This record gives sequence, structure tokens and C-alpha cells, in this order.
Amino acid sequence: MNGPQDAGGMMGFGPVVPEPVTPVFHSDWERRAFAITLAMGMTGSWNIDISRHARERIPPAEYWAASYYEIWLKGLERLLAETGLASAAEIAAGRSKTAARPVTRVAAADMIPAILARGGPSDRPAATAPQFAAGDKIRTRNMNPGGHTRLPRYLRGCPGSIAIVHGCHVLPDSSAHRRGDDPHWLYAVRFSASDVFGAPGRDEIVADLWETYLEAA
Amino acid sequence: MPHDGHDHDDDAGAALSPVALRVKALESLLVEKGYVDPAALDVLIETYETLIGPRNGARVVARAWTDPDFADWLRRDATAAITSIGYAGRQGEHMVALFNTPETHNMVVCTLCSCYPWPVLGLPPVWYKSMPYRSRAVMEPRAVLAEFGVTLPEGTAVRVWDSTAEVRYLVIPQRPGGTEGWSAEQLAGLVTRDSMIGTGLASSPA
Amino acid sequence: MNGAHDCGGMMGFGPVAAERDEPVFHSAWESRAFALMSAVGDIGGWTLDEDRSACETMHPADYAATSYYEHWLHGLQTLLLKHGLVTAEELADGRCHASRIAKQPTPAPAVWGLVTAPGSYAREPQGPARYAIGDRVRTRRLNPAGHTRLPRYLRGHAGEIIARHGAHVFPDSNAAGRGEDPRWLYTVRFTCAEVWGTATRDTIHADLWEPYLEAV
Repeated sequence: MNGPQDAGGMMGFGPVVPEPVTPVFHSDWERRAFAITLAMGMTGSWNIDISRHARERIPPAEYWAASYYEIWLKGLERLLAETGLASAAEIAAGRSKTAARPVTRVAAADMIPAILARGGPSDRPAATAPQFAAGDKIRTRNMNPGGHTRLPRYLRGCPGSIAIVHGCHVLPDSSAHRRGDDPHWLYAVRFSASDVFGAPGRDEIVADLWETYLEAA
Repeated sequence: MPHDGHDHDDDAGAALSPVALRVKALESLLVEKGYVDPAALDVLIETYETLIGPRNGARVVARAWTDPDFADWLRRDATAAITSIGYAGRQGEHMVALFNTPETHNMVVCTLCSCYPWPVLGLPPVWYKSMPYRSRAVMEPRAVLAEFGVTLPEGTAVRVWDSTAEVRYLVIPQRPGGTEGWSAEQLAGLVTRDSMIGTGLASSPA
Repeated sequence: MNGAHDCGGMMGFGPVAAERDEPVFHSAWESRAFALMSAVGDIGGWTLDEDRSACETMHPADYAATSYYEHWLHGLQTLLLKHGLVTAEELADGRCHASRIAKQPTPAPAVWGLVTAPGSYAREPQGPARYAIGDRVRTRRLNPAGHTRLPRYLRGHAGEIIARHGAHVFPDSNAAGRGEDPRWLYTVRFTCAEVWGTATRDTIHADLWEPYLEAV
């Protein structure tokens, strides 16, 4: 979806403001918003692609005006309402009015370190051989799906070459819509900045792109 | 209203801001529903506020600078090499190490959201997740670098990595001169967080 | 400038809300903002292109959250300050501290004549046209920091020249105060299959200046 999240190449947002390593959080509510978002993710009610798609459906004016954890918060509220885990009225009131829905897992405090250490690998066994090898020339497709995709607008229709064959990974375009993992080969694809932005120079851009985003050039 | 990605919220203030109230209400609701364990929330916060941070990545870099076999391993299989030091898991399941050279300077961004290698760098800073960085890093990396006080030599090409999948990138900055014979522990002190994102260079010895 | 105004192909803004019996203005301040922009534009010494460019400099969050005439208001205030017609202090307190106009404002009886006077952006060409009707062209992948009328969604795409309008004032130059620099203007037809990758026979037409194009 060509939503407000698709930031690459946009102008007008002003300068980048560097900041020191600490504090990690800038207020207590950020800490709590971070933790409830992760903990709700652990209930197995959605995956990372579904949660990314929930955030990018925030209307652009709201998205661009929001701070980072506000975006997480708005995304979480959407997911709760859409999955029926909590209604908009319950979220507004901060009180439960109906029985809880069953969830796959509620992570207890002592389970957290192991869950974080295990992570959630997105590579899957490959059913096919990769179509491309390192060094192959490709062109990105010009696609504008209404649903979730990880092919940014600024990289569409561009010539590039395969830099790394990463393996076979869950396809976000499918996974975000609960249509299954539909694993596809994932590549790091190298582009010259002059092909992408028409700017002179030797600078390059590399992005991780699935085979479905690419065609042989 | 400022759009700097910061939450201008005073924790010490008596009244909670609207967003703080909203988070509080949401947390009570989710706890009441039984979806989350309040103690687990505290563990999550503590983990990323105190246990996991850019010191981890600095140790990886310093090891790469002092141990050629480890550097080779990082090039071939960064996930395994980094796991061998004890850093693994969420948002670092598939790692790739990018070695800066005099010819190529690597810089990492996530234009679509905020992908970042948590096990080695902790949670990303506000600027990394902000629209200014996400929109500009791919198109004008040298202007962004200048805002971080970094000017690269003419002959150095910038290679920007847009983290569009679940692969996470760690930049291995060039080792500063004048550090011959330094221990890995001493060297780790020169490795800044920004140098591992590619918006900075490793510090020079004082 | 790839600002929030360049919204062709963006998603997430919701349905188009068509109003029944929409009034010309929705509130008194809208009509005043409209009139001010037009009246001050006559004496301000700026061009329509500079005016558009000023509206585009809003922060994207503000641009997306505000209404149409608020964009105009932002543009007007920006230009008043830039051209030294008012100071920031005057804008803040809404009072004139010292008049700075070089040109007398248009008196009421002259407004109708001004509004209905024939105008033109066509200029004497600086050279022969590079393209003819029926020629295939490709738009350049330009990303200027300044004003341009080549939208992002039409960059790097092949199309066909279907009309030639003569040489027109070139906005990319005029907005930046670098003069009118007239360039040949064409209507270019693109298929939606080319622009969006969709499998339809629909087409899109855009008016594009010669510097935006290269021969295929």
C-alpha cells in the first residue's frame, strides 16, 4: 500500500536530529506502550506483517504527526478492534465489558527471556530453486498493491543486480493478510542511486526484495 | 506544533498527557482481559532499557577488528558469528555484517518502518524511526551524514541499505588509526552506536 | 519537491467526500483568505509558480491535516515574509508597524477587469521543439528539491506526445525566481499499465515540459 509509511524520497520533513544513546525511552508511557505491544504480539493473535500493515493504514495526517510509539499505539488499538480482542468502546473506557477471547499464549514474566532469545525467524524451507544468482541483472516490477508490500515506491521499475541470495522467506504481501507464509526467495538487490533518483555519483542503494517483486532484465 | 518525533511529555508533571492516559487505560484493559502478564511487561522494559544495547554491537565490532577469523566468520555468516558471542533473538534472526572500507561507506535505514538489529544495538533512537531520516537517507545520504558531522572523502561511495525484510544489518566501521596493540575491550569503547548504523565513524583515540 | 502535495498514487486518505450543493466558500475566513491571496498577489511581485511552491513547503503532517485554504494561507504568509511586505512581528499581532508596498493595491472598480483580462503563459520559443505529435518519450527520474510539475508517479515512464502547446513559462525556473525560461509544453499520454502496472486499457494524460522528457 502506498501509504504514509512509504517514506523513501519524500521531502519536507526537515532535518534529522541526532540524539545520544540514553534515554532509551523518553517518558513512562513509551515504556508501557512498547511493552504491551510486544506482549500482545506474543499472544499469537497476529504476526509482524499484520502489525506493520495495521500501522500503515493510519491516515497520513495522523501518521506523519505522530511520534513513533504513538504509531505503535494506534496500530495496536486497530489490531485489538479488528481481531475482536477488545472493542473500541472498551479501549476508550480502559475497562473490559465482555468476556476475554481465547488467545494462543499469555507470556509469563519468566518466559520472556527465552521468547526474546528465540525470536521469530522468517526463513522457510525452499520448494523451488532460486530464479536469480548473485550478479544477475533484474528490474523491479511496477506494482501498486492496495495491500501490504515491502517494495517501496522509490524502487519500482528500477534496474538493479542481485547482491546476496538470502534464502527463502515468508512473503509479507501474503502473510500480512493471513493468506499464509507463501515463502519466496529473498535477495539483497543493489541499485545505483543515479538509476533510482537520477542523481549523478557512485552511491548505491541496497534493499531486500522478494522474487515476486523482480523480473529478469 | 513541532514534528520532531519526540514526545514532549513530562513524567514528573502531576497530570498525565492524553497519550499517557490512553496507554494507561489500554494496559489496564489488557491486564483485566488476561491477555498480558503485568510482570512480563516489566521484564520486557528492563530487557531493552538496561540489558540489551549498543555495547553488544561494540563488542562484535572490536572482536572483528582484533580477530581475523572472527571477521571472516562475520562476512560469511553474521548470524552464527554474533550468536557465538551470545547476542541473538528478536529482530536479529538474520544478520548481515557490512564492512566499511576506504572505497565504500555503508549506512542502514528502514524507509518503510523501523527495522533495526535489536540484539546488537538495542532499540533504535528516535531519529532513526523519524520521517526525516526515513525519507532522506536513501536520496541524500551525504546531506544526512553532514548533519551528523560526517564528511566522507570524494572517492568513497555511499551504499545505503534499506531494511525491507527481516534481515538486519550491522555496519562494521573502519578501525581508527593509532590503536595498534589495543585490546578488544579498549577498542569497544571507540565504537559508537551511530558508527554501527553508518551515520557516524568510530571515535579516534583521545 | 517531493512534498505532501505530490499525492498521485498515495493511498490511505479515504473516500472522496463529494458535497451536495457545495457552497463556494464554507466559512467567512475562507472567502477572506481567497480574496487576500488574489489581491496581495497583484502587488506582491511574486508569480503563480512561486505561490504554488510556497504552499508546498508546509510540513507534510500539517499539509495533510489542514484544509485547502489553510494551504493558501500558509503560502501567503510565507511570501509576505519572504518578500519583506510584512514582518513576523506584524503577522503575530496583526498590526502594521510600517508600510512597505511599492505598488498601489487594485481599487475595487478595477477588480473585474483584472480578473477577466485575457492572460497567457505562452511565450516566444527559445528554439525548435524537440518532439512532434506521435513521438514516444520517457519522463526523466528527476527529484529536484525545488518546485516542479513532474509528479513522482509519472517519473521514469514511457508515453506518447499527443499535443504540443507551444513554449510556456517553465515553473521549475519561474518558481525559484530564475526567470520564465520558456520551454516547449506537451500533453503526454501514458497507459495505466505503464504507470501503475495494472492490466487495463485506461490512460493518463499530463502536461509536461520538454526538460522533463527524453526520447525513447
